[in-house]
Amino acid sequence: MSGTYLGMPAFPRAAAASTRDTRLRANLTHATHTIRDKRARAVAELDDWARLRAAGAAIKDRMLRHLDHYLERLETAVTEAGGQVHWAADADEANRIVTRLVRETGETEVVKVKSMATQEIGLNEALAEAGIRAYETDLAELIVQLGNDLPSHILVPAIHRNRSEIRAIFRREMASWGRPAPEGLSDSPAELAEAARLHLREKFLTAKVGISGANFMVADTGTLVVVESEGNGRMCLTLPETLISVVGIEKTVPTWQDLEVFLQLLPRSSTAERMNPYTSTWTGTTDGDGPQTFHLVLLDNGRTDTLADTVGRQALRCIRCSACLNVCPVYERAGGHAYGSPYPGPIGAILTPQLRGTAGKLEASLPYASSLCGACYEVCPVAIDIPEVLVHLRERVVEGGPVTRGGVRTVLKPARGHAAERAAMRAAGWAFDHPGALRAGMRLAARTRRLHPRRLPGPGRAWSDTRELPAVPAESFRDWWQRTRGEEARDEAARGEGSAK
Amino acid sequence: MRVALFVTCINDALQPRTGQAVVGLLERLGVQVDFPAEQSCCGQPQFNTGYRQATEPLVRRFHRAFRDYEYVVTPSGSCAAMVRDNYPRIGAKAASEGRGRDLQQIAAAAVPKTYELTEFLVDVLKVTDVGAYYPHVVTYHPTCHGLRMLGLGDRPRRLLENVRGLELRELPGAEECCGFGGTFAVKNPAVSAAMGADKVRAVIGTGAEAVCTVDNSCLLHIGGTLARQGAPVRPVHIAEILASTEASTEGPEVPTEGPDAGTVGTEGSLR
Amino acid sequence: MSSREVVLARVRRALADVPRGEGPEDPPVPRDYDIEHGSRTAAETIDLLAENLADYRAIVHRTDAAGLPALLARLLAERGARTVVVPPGLPDHWLAATDAELLPDTAMSTPHQLDAVDSVVTGCAVAIAETGTVVLDAGPDQGRRRITLVPDHHLCVVRVPDQVVGSVPQALPRLAPDRPLTWISGPSATSDIELDRVEGVHGPRVLEVILVGR
Repeated sequence: MSGTYLGMPAFPRAAAASTRDTRLRANLTHATHTIRDKRARAVAELDDWARLRAAGAAIKDRMLRHLDHYLERLETAVTEAGGQVHWAADADEANRIVTRLVRETGETEVVKVKSMATQEIGLNEALAEAGIRAYETDLAELIVQLGNDLPSHILVPAIHRNRSEIRAIFRREMASWGRPAPEGLSDSPAELAEAARLHLREKFLTAKVGISGANFMVADTGTLVVVESEGNGRMCLTLPETLISVVGIEKTVPTWQDLEVFLQLLPRSSTAERMNPYTSTWTGTTDGDGPQTFHLVLLDNGRTDTLADTVGRQALRCIRCSACLNVCPVYERAGGHAYGSPYPGPIGAILTPQLRGTAGKLEASLPYASSLCGACYEVCPVAIDIPEVLVHLRERVVEGGPVTRGGVRTVLKPARGHAAERAAMRAAGWAFDHPGALRAGMRLAARTRRLHPRRLPGPGRAWSDTRELPAVPAESFRDWWQRTRGEEARDEAARGEGSAK
Repeated sequence: MRVALFVTCINDALQPRTGQAVVGLLERLGVQVDFPAEQSCCGQPQFNTGYRQATEPLVRRFHRAFRDYEYVVTPSGSCAAMVRDNYPRIGAKAASEGRGRDLQQIAAAAVPKTYELTEFLVDVLKVTDVGAYYPHVVTYHPTCHGLRMLGLGDRPRRLLENVRGLELRELPGAEECCGFGGTFAVKNPAVSAAMGADKVRAVIGTGAEAVCTVDNSCLLHIGGTLARQGAPVRPVHIAEILASTEASTEGPEVPTEGPDAGTVGTEGSLR
Repeated sequence: MSSREVVLARVRRALADVPRGEGPEDPPVPRDYDIEHGSRTAAETIDLLAENLADYRAIVHRTDAAGLPALLARLLAERGARTVVVPPGLPDHWLAATDAELLPDTAMSTPHQLDAVDSVVTGCAVAIAETGTVVLDAGPDQGRRRITLVPDHHLCVVRVPDQVVGSVPQALPRLAPDRPLTWISGPSATSDIELDRVEGVHGPRVLEVILVGR
């Protein structure tokens, strides 16, 4: 695993490899079950959780339905408060803007707060090409960066690593990035966190440029909000002279008051805390306090295409809490890398195919990376009906239809590779709509049932490799009913009664 | 009271005993059961795989089969959820594509009268003790669509707790999906099998003789995995348990010994 | 066409399904959630604040106005603090009893200089009982954001009951959006290793909150 998600195989193949990796399975099971139970307790503390959730969904929907209005309002407010707003239609443009802004400072190093948007656009790689070194400062991001690895979880990008692997990475890699790991570093989480503190401190104290994302942007006031735990966010948002925030346009919320909902929903869903240790808010620049230059880069990169789909649009409510990952039985076994993007798990399975389109093999396989068990929807703090969107996207993959790509409405052809399935589905649909034929088929199956193999060849192996096939009964329900209660049976009963007289 | 049985295609073709059990159970409770022969599949496999348009004729067929009934009862949480959650979506999408509102009307008519079996027993018949006798150790797996789409809650458990002779064992991680997921089982076989293996491990660990659900589709997966492992735990639909009485001579004789009965750690649980 | 125009035009095309007459504030937002969870007396609210602060490993002390200088002096001494950075508007008498060297925050002090300071003493803007949170708004008794970030020991004084609210919805109207805010709920922490919570990463590793009665 290294540096890029490009060229990753379709989900089933990558996921199959993960299921055989016993260490990965153990790490993920341990971590997801720990947080799952904590979240349930944190949520149970609030009697009005369902109402908060409904309010959160409604606020995001209000914003999405009038996104143009709220973006313009946000831009005005940020500008009036001393910030500079830039617009990026896609990843390349965002990377070009940020690279230019960093170059204008004359610096060649930046410190970064964990940001999904900058991972999505591959900012670190773009900066590296321009000779600018970006230091990730979130502990898990640091583990990923030092390990030349990829994030596999939204909240805990190094969830696939256990403490002894992290110790090995720190001991091996820290020296080439700055302050080496302390002598005799053990694998206790407290010691590992201390090693990260020491390693990063010199970066924070000397950094001139910070790069962040944001959890929320308040349109009314121009305020940005970053929710974090370690204090690396505060360091990056406060100490540098220049701050560049790259934020997806859907992170907007209309009003200051709206934060009262999200600052309750997010921490409890995410880290399962009543409140995360640190939340920073800032509005433009403040004289003498914090960065004196502030740039906000508003990122589209497929979001407006997603917005154009009236069913898929709800994915843009996402506040990146990662509760859906932590309860997902598929994520737990497949691991985050199988999803081939910074957005793994159920939300990734609906976000990635919408942001990138379904033309690629990986993207087309993601809507199927779910048993539709619905656990994700149940825990989602903004009530994204992920199973509904998954099925909606499956339809897009197999049947095609109208979509928007790069802002242009177009009609998608059905994906290749589904021809046999489509034929089978049509045949099944026909048979189910012709019960006479279906009944004949069932009778044939019943008569030949002793000849049925226990294991199937070809695609059927996917079932019979690990599971027995069900035995075909001697008589279908339909035939039983007909024989015992149907017209034939009634006629027979009538004849019986007649002859007895 | 007269109800229509929506037996579902899987039960019709592969698990007729479940349908027979529903008929026996409801008749015992004084309900007259009809089986409209025009019924077929609810369309869930097609719909959930992305073939919405191929589902539409089955929605219409459902309507033709059941339009004259006040209650439609089905021994399947996921087929009931298909009708209640997805028929309205199919109707709404057809309307938004300018293909008329009749599917919407069909869905609106189908939704309120379609009941999963345990819902019908508890909510409509208002019984939790159906007079069943089933002298076995059983563990209950709440299937995802029953649990989260229909919101069956504790209805199945309340029914099971009132079955004489039945000892209910808690299933650890009960609310986790078994990994079936319809076409998921063949599109992502490795993950599906891994989920199934974990579910089966939990089932075996309870020491129960039988694992019970409200859905035979999940049981095909759980039971198929159990059988492949040679585990002596038998899958059984809740209808078959609720239909059993002291007097019943036919129906489920649970559990018959599996191929390697007694070799898996379930000492003392097999009769 | 600028990228601004491109993105806004895409948004408008994407929202073709939204009726023309619908205004930005028309989509309904149900606000029937609780303004506060449960009902508490002022004293109970303060107790809850103390309890929740402690639950996330802040060290909580209580005193009255007269006892504050001595308490601060003792707490600084216990940590072995030789230097304390002081916000410009901190009441003079708060630190009248300490032997530590008091360093006024100036715009000139660099992060490296702050890194050499042992402790910082501040007031706060508001404290939230249900979440165990103190909020700083860079007011005169709190100073610039960096002074409560770089030193490893933060002593934060909360005036009770005036500065305490029950809940997040009660806190926001008391805060000015145009001021830079820092919400603090316990010392810095991470759960990045096996989702196991560890206190003490980049922010101050020791947070002491002093609840001062009138």
